[in-house]
Amino acid sequence: MSSSTLRHARHVVSENPVTGLALLLFAFFVGAAILGPSLAPYDPLASNTMRALQPPSALHWFGTDQIGRDIFSRVLVAARLDLGIAAASVALVFAMGGFAGLASGFFGGWVDMLVGRIADTIMAFPLFVLAMAIVAALGNTVPNIVLATAIINFPLYVRVARAETVQRREAGFVDAARIAGHRDMGVLLRQVGPNIMPIMVVQMSLTMGYAILNAAGLSFIGLGVRAPTPEWGIMVAEGAAFIVSGEWWVALFPGATLMTAVFCFNLLGDGVRDIVDPRRRT
Amino acid sequence: MIGNEPTPPGPDGSTLLDVAELSKRFPLRRKGWFGGGHPSLVHAVDDVSFTLSRGETLGLVGESGCGKSTLVRLITRLTDPTSGSIRFGSRELADLPAKRFARDADRARIQIVFQDAGESINPRFTAADAIADPLRKLKGVTGPDLKAKVEEAATLCGLPVELLDRFPHQLSGGQRARVGIARAIATRPDLLVLDEPTAALDVSVQVTILQLLVRLRETLGMSYVFVSHDLNVVRLLCDRVIVMYLGRIVETGPAEQVFAKPLHPYTRGLVAAVPRLDGVRDGALRLAGDPKSPIDPDPHACRFHGRCPIGTDRCGLDMPALRRFGGGREAACHYAEEPA
Amino acid sequence: MSAVLDVSDFSVEFRTRSGIVRALDRVAFTVRRGETMALVGESGSGKSVTAYALLGLLDAAGRITRGRAVLEGVDLTAASPSELARIRGKRAAMIFQNPRAALNPIRPIGQQIADVLRRHAGLSRRDAMAGAIDMLKQVGIPDPARRASAYPFELSGGMCQRVMIAIAVATRPALLIADEPTTGLDVTTQAVVMDIVAKLAAETGMATILITHDLALAAERSARIAVMHAGHIVEDAATKTLLANPRHPYTRRLLAATPTAAGSLAALRSIPGNLPDLRRDDLPPCRFAARCDRRLPGCDAKLVWRTIEPAHRIACWNPA
Repeated sequence: MSSSTLRHARHVVSENPVTGLALLLFAFFVGAAILGPSLAPYDPLASNTMRALQPPSALHWFGTDQIGRDIFSRVLVAARLDLGIAAASVALVFAMGGFAGLASGFFGGWVDMLVGRIADTIMAFPLFVLAMAIVAALGNTVPNIVLATAIINFPLYVRVARAETVQRREAGFVDAARIAGHRDMGVLLRQVGPNIMPIMVVQMSLTMGYAILNAAGLSFIGLGVRAPTPEWGIMVAEGAAFIVSGEWWVALFPGATLMTAVFCFNLLGDGVRDIVDPRRRT
Repeated sequence: MIGNEPTPPGPDGSTLLDVAELSKRFPLRRKGWFGGGHPSLVHAVDDVSFTLSRGETLGLVGESGCGKSTLVRLITRLTDPTSGSIRFGSRELADLPAKRFARDADRARIQIVFQDAGESINPRFTAADAIADPLRKLKGVTGPDLKAKVEEAATLCGLPVELLDRFPHQLSGGQRARVGIARAIATRPDLLVLDEPTAALDVSVQVTILQLLVRLRETLGMSYVFVSHDLNVVRLLCDRVIVMYLGRIVETGPAEQVFAKPLHPYTRGLVAAVPRLDGVRDGALRLAGDPKSPIDPDPHACRFHGRCPIGTDRCGLDMPALRRFGGGREAACHYAEEPA
Repeated sequence: MSAVLDVSDFSVEFRTRSGIVRALDRVAFTVRRGETMALVGESGSGKSVTAYALLGLLDAAGRITRGRAVLEGVDLTAASPSELARIRGKRAAMIFQNPRAALNPIRPIGQQIADVLRRHAGLSRRDAMAGAIDMLKQVGIPDPARRASAYPFELSGGMCQRVMIAIAVATRPALLIADEPTTGLDVTTQAVVMDIVAKLAAETGMATILITHDLALAAERSARIAVMHAGHIVEDAATKTLLANPRHPYTRRLLAATPTAAGSLAALRSIPGNLPDLRRDDLPPCRFAARCDRRLPGCDAKLVWRTIEPAHRIACWNPA
């Protein structure tokens, strides 16, 4: 990142404090994902039935669960898994959907037809049910959750990339690149590709939130990561039973963290667009 | 040395580009589910022939939709012709698919300056990236050599070297135009196609760009095909001019004479429509209406028939061919007369 | 003949992130009934800003800082937004450079003209439609009754501009502002469109302000030309006078750069330098001074507009 980009980023943040807040939250979540296990005050898996279902206190900031595990430590450690799944699935769908959309918009014809039909087929399913079916069919593993989350986001990426590419296919600089000796693939990847990056990055930021929610959702209904692994979705599922009996903290803290993470990535989208688009610089 | 080997001469020595019976037809989407019958064809360029000598500047004028953009894409080999021949030097280029031509040795010899320099420079490229692109791809220049060549091209085009690391949106219109020209001449082409290079510029900037183009043509020994809707600019810059109407050449000849004494009624209407500073208008020559549809035109009727102020029934039955007149002029009209 | 629009001492500023842009400075001109006046200038000269400011169409960053603009006795600078909205379309109309973008793409063109007639002239649905078809006929659209149900995408650019003109003049406005009405159209279409504007102006006595970068078009189509540079009207004279005897150095430069009358490319002269940055706090009084070869010490002190001959005003101490 060049110094002018940094300067520009600072400017964007000063113009729009919400972006600053989102960036702060983002840094916090990334920090938790990287350092979580070493920062956690307790072993997230260690149970202590003597201290089961303790409300939040100075000792246990978020309280303890039904078998006495420290909820704060579990929420902190889970960040790596939840964000990891989401990031991996977004990276995967960015590569697949982005390229398919680029090719579809650029070449048109049968490529466009094929990619369009695949996207339509995926869209024909209720997406969460489709994700459930994929994980159920392929097995309850982390790579399969990543794959399922990527697949249900595929049509979204294809559409955005295709629409942006179609707009630029006829642009003067595409002809200029051909005149300069680029072949189709070169024009596609080196000329059009970078130009649709800003919008794709915004798309990634927005779908990050959705991907986190999807992964947690799969775990919540028992089709994702399994207990006792600390994961926000499972923790909410486990805690849900205790809300009626008054132990609200078991579900609330992982749920609130989940919500904040989704919120953070959604807010980040617009700010990211302002930062990565060179035309918004002055 | 960045220059190309000189393009081998054509049969008569001085001809750089020889276009013969060139046509481009675009099929329209077929109607109905099963696409019965022949698809309709848009006749974008129809049976166009002309030659361009070394060092010559040829103007190409006509209304929007007359086929000049398609003709430009054909001779710069961005698109494939339906039929006809494009001889560049001693080589036939019409049979070479556009995809293959992208890396051909002659790609460096035929370059183009696009209409809107702002739009034709990748917004994520700096000026230096844009100028370097054809040098890298077509000439394999790299490293410090590349930097030197880029700066040389920029300097030739009057673009200060300090501006080379700017993005297009950080440059003025005139500076962007210079980047577009520097990119096109970087590989030292023999044929430079200029597609409305000054259309987006103010007159004061236009002057400097036009004068730059004349200087470059002389120092680098290029030939120009100059497309413009501004007849005054064509008159000042071009040796010869081609007037197109609905895909066909209707008149050609020395620019000065064609504009002073047009032979074809369409050229007459076109010239009369250009505003003049003395405010004198020739209302009798006003061309009303729009051109006919370019889809499956009647092959036996003059394309200008119906809009032509002097046309007769004969023009609807017998398509006029280009006829020769004195002074190296040609016009495609039954009623064109030898200039007095 | 009486003045339809009288603009005096008219200044406009834009507040931007990087400073205040002094876009128009003490602009003054008068347009009379039936008269066509041209505002000519290069990009950034303020000619379009003048039009937008007059009709109250400036965006939120722009405001009129001083001056008056009196249209048929009503000061537009003091009018409320609702008064301005009533005046726009009824007494003062405008046509734009890209007519297709200015038309509603999903409404037949006849309906769009009828809408104006119903809103501003209070006609019934039936009468408005009949009026719309009549307007299409007046702007030379063949087979108007059938074309009235066409959508903008079915028409050529020249046809769309005719429809825009029909919408603009449907209510018989006293003033038509044509902002680069033929830029982007072919010369043949330009001639036809300008003929229509001239015919309607002659028939209705409408005053016209033609905003253009093309000095030749202005010369051919207007009785008077006001040349703008960097937010100033630098010279304002009858067309014949201005072309035969231009006095302001910028006007002379502009003419010398215009290819229309030039015998050769070498005879053309560019204008040295650039427009001054209109955000500067120390903007010189004469904004052309830095590019001017007739500059005097007094040019840095004060700018005045002088009437050197009847109806010939210039903003220069040392005219050519």
